[in-house]
Amino acid sequence: MTVTDKQCALNLDQVEFDWAARDAFGLTVPDFRIAKGERVLLLGESGSGKSTLLSLICGINAAQSGSICVDGTEMTSMRSAVRDRFRAEKIGIVFQQFNLLPYASPMDNILLPLRFAPERRARVRDGHSAALALTDALGLARDAMVSSTAARLSVGQQQRVAVARALIGAPSLIIADEPTSALDAGSQAIFLDLLFAQCTAAGSTLLMVSHDERLVPRFDRSVRMEEIAILSHKAAA
Amino acid sequence: MILLRLALRSLIARHLTVGLTIFAVALSVALFLGVEKVRTGAKASFGDTISDTDLIVGARSGSVQLLLYSVFRIGNATNNVSWESYQEIAGRPEVDWIVPISLGDSHRQFRVMGTTAEYFERYKYRGGRALEFYQGRAFDDLFDAVVGADVATTLGYSVDDPLVVAHGLASFVSHDNQPFRVAGILAKTGTPVDRTVIVSLEAIEAIHIDWQGGAQVPGQVTTPDEIRAMELKPTAITAAMIGVKSRLQIFALQRSINQYAQEPLLAVLPGVALQELWATVGIAETALVGVSGMVVATALLGMAAMILSGLNERRREMAILRAVGARPLTIMGLLMLEAVLMAAIAALLGTALLYTGLWALRPYVDAAFGLYLPMEPLSSREGLVVVGVIAAAALTSFFPAIRAYRLSLSDGMTIRN
Repeated sequence: MTVTDKQCALNLDQVEFDWAARDAFGLTVPDFRIAKGERVLLLGESGSGKSTLLSLICGINAAQSGSICVDGTEMTSMRSAVRDRFRAEKIGIVFQQFNLLPYASPMDNILLPLRFAPERRARVRDGHSAALALTDALGLARDAMVSSTAARLSVGQQQRVAVARALIGAPSLIIADEPTSALDAGSQAIFLDLLFAQCTAAGSTLLMVSHDERLVPRFDRSVRMEEIAILSHKAAA
Repeated sequence: MILLRLALRSLIARHLTVGLTIFAVALSVALFLGVEKVRTGAKASFGDTISDTDLIVGARSGSVQLLLYSVFRIGNATNNVSWESYQEIAGRPEVDWIVPISLGDSHRQFRVMGTTAEYFERYKYRGGRALEFYQGRAFDDLFDAVVGADVATTLGYSVDDPLVVAHGLASFVSHDNQPFRVAGILAKTGTPVDRTVIVSLEAIEAIHIDWQGGAQVPGQVTTPDEIRAMELKPTAITAAMIGVKSRLQIFALQRSINQYAQEPLLAVLPGVALQELWATVGIAETALVGVSGMVVATALLGMAAMILSGLNERRREMAILRAVGARPLTIMGLLMLEAVLMAAIAALLGTALLYTGLWALRPYVDAAFGLYLPMEPLSSREGLVVVGVIAAAALTSFFPAIRAYRLSLSDGMTIRN
């Protein structure tokens, strides 16, 4: 593992990827960097390759060439099992909605990443109290936490549980894929406040994907998908 | 631990389909174990039919055939043993006791057996248990009969009821002139004795006095009192049970009877003949085990199908697990863990069903079929079956798990529904 830029939370260099099985499109990212502690908004319409880019950053799919570094560590050369472990340690993910295992308790949902990330587990020591501290800070009522299954929570409550899950054990990078789109405008603002506050508290870098330009002023920096990535559509076979 | 808890919670969340699947596997396990219990119970009951008899002697035929007609009252003797030969064998020094058996007549659907009063002491079953009288006692008059438990229940007999013996086994000709009296009713044994009417050897002679060459002599009627005054000596018997003084002499006596010069005789060891007979029945036994094995396999396949059909709805769940760092192998393991949990619950439930069934049906099975099913813990073989079912569940779930592995690889983080 080569250490590249120590200042970078995320560094993509000449990344090339195409879906081998689905002949939809390929994606090239010449150069994209996020500094440590930065809050970046990635703007893009659906079909702009956002999901593909995120799964490359998370190491769920491997790029054909180029280099992807998270927290200074080169990911592209890792074996898939090592990459999975690395993702568990370094990256917390919040999806648009349906983030949780519906049958598991909110507590188990939050503690789940610790099962795969020994370093994060070591950092929190007592998972239960760390989880409760996070949900308290995120404004989630304690009686929601004792609910037997996550499916019983409201969408807003579920998103807070998802943020707590992403943040527990303070991973270096938080990736949020349209986490506010299922919330109304008032809840959106409150949710972002809480998300920012907790990212700062954990010292995590935030990369958030959205198509909502109104969010731009709230971030340190915003980039458009088409500025950093080149999509290549293959001819239909 | 959290993965085990997740697997359990996931199963509970799908309690309806999971419950039905578990129930199907549990039923198949109960069926399989039930067949095992009945099989071993039948084998034991079968082996328990006769004990403490060292040799059975009859006319020369096959050992299984001799056993079938002399002990199980199935089929017929091809020939008789002459009274002279019987006397000769009875007089040998090795012979401790000998009980003659004379078959050939019937009463309704039950066989009639002529013997001596010693039969009630010498015949032993289920590891040395002796016959017991439920009512009355052994015969003391020439025309007294002792009936087995099934005979009494089926025909509604009690002590002192009259009873007419038919000539042959499926005959319309009755020995009307010499009616018998029920002197005693035997307690239930679970052996063919339950279905036998026992009379004295002399009585068999007595009812055939007016018969010659297998037919009644027309117009010739001898009254019972006249018969009682006669000296009745049998000319032949069907078979005899022998006990020897020392077990060491069994084989020597058997050999000498088998080489008996005056007439072709056969002596068999009941235990050996029982085993030979069971080996014949064993094919049906194997078939039964095979069929119930197929039922278990079908239930397990149903479970694999259930897991497989649920996979598509669970792709979101798998994407979430991948996102938090689960390897595709972990997801595969989680699915197999679910299958193993289901099978383990099913195995426990199936065993509970088996014992509930045994407990409820045991008295009925014993009464109706004379099959004694002991309430014993699972034998090591049955325990192996239970473990095998769980292992087979892990194996069958391997295929849906492979599919989940592929799905989670290709889906990655994309959440699909």
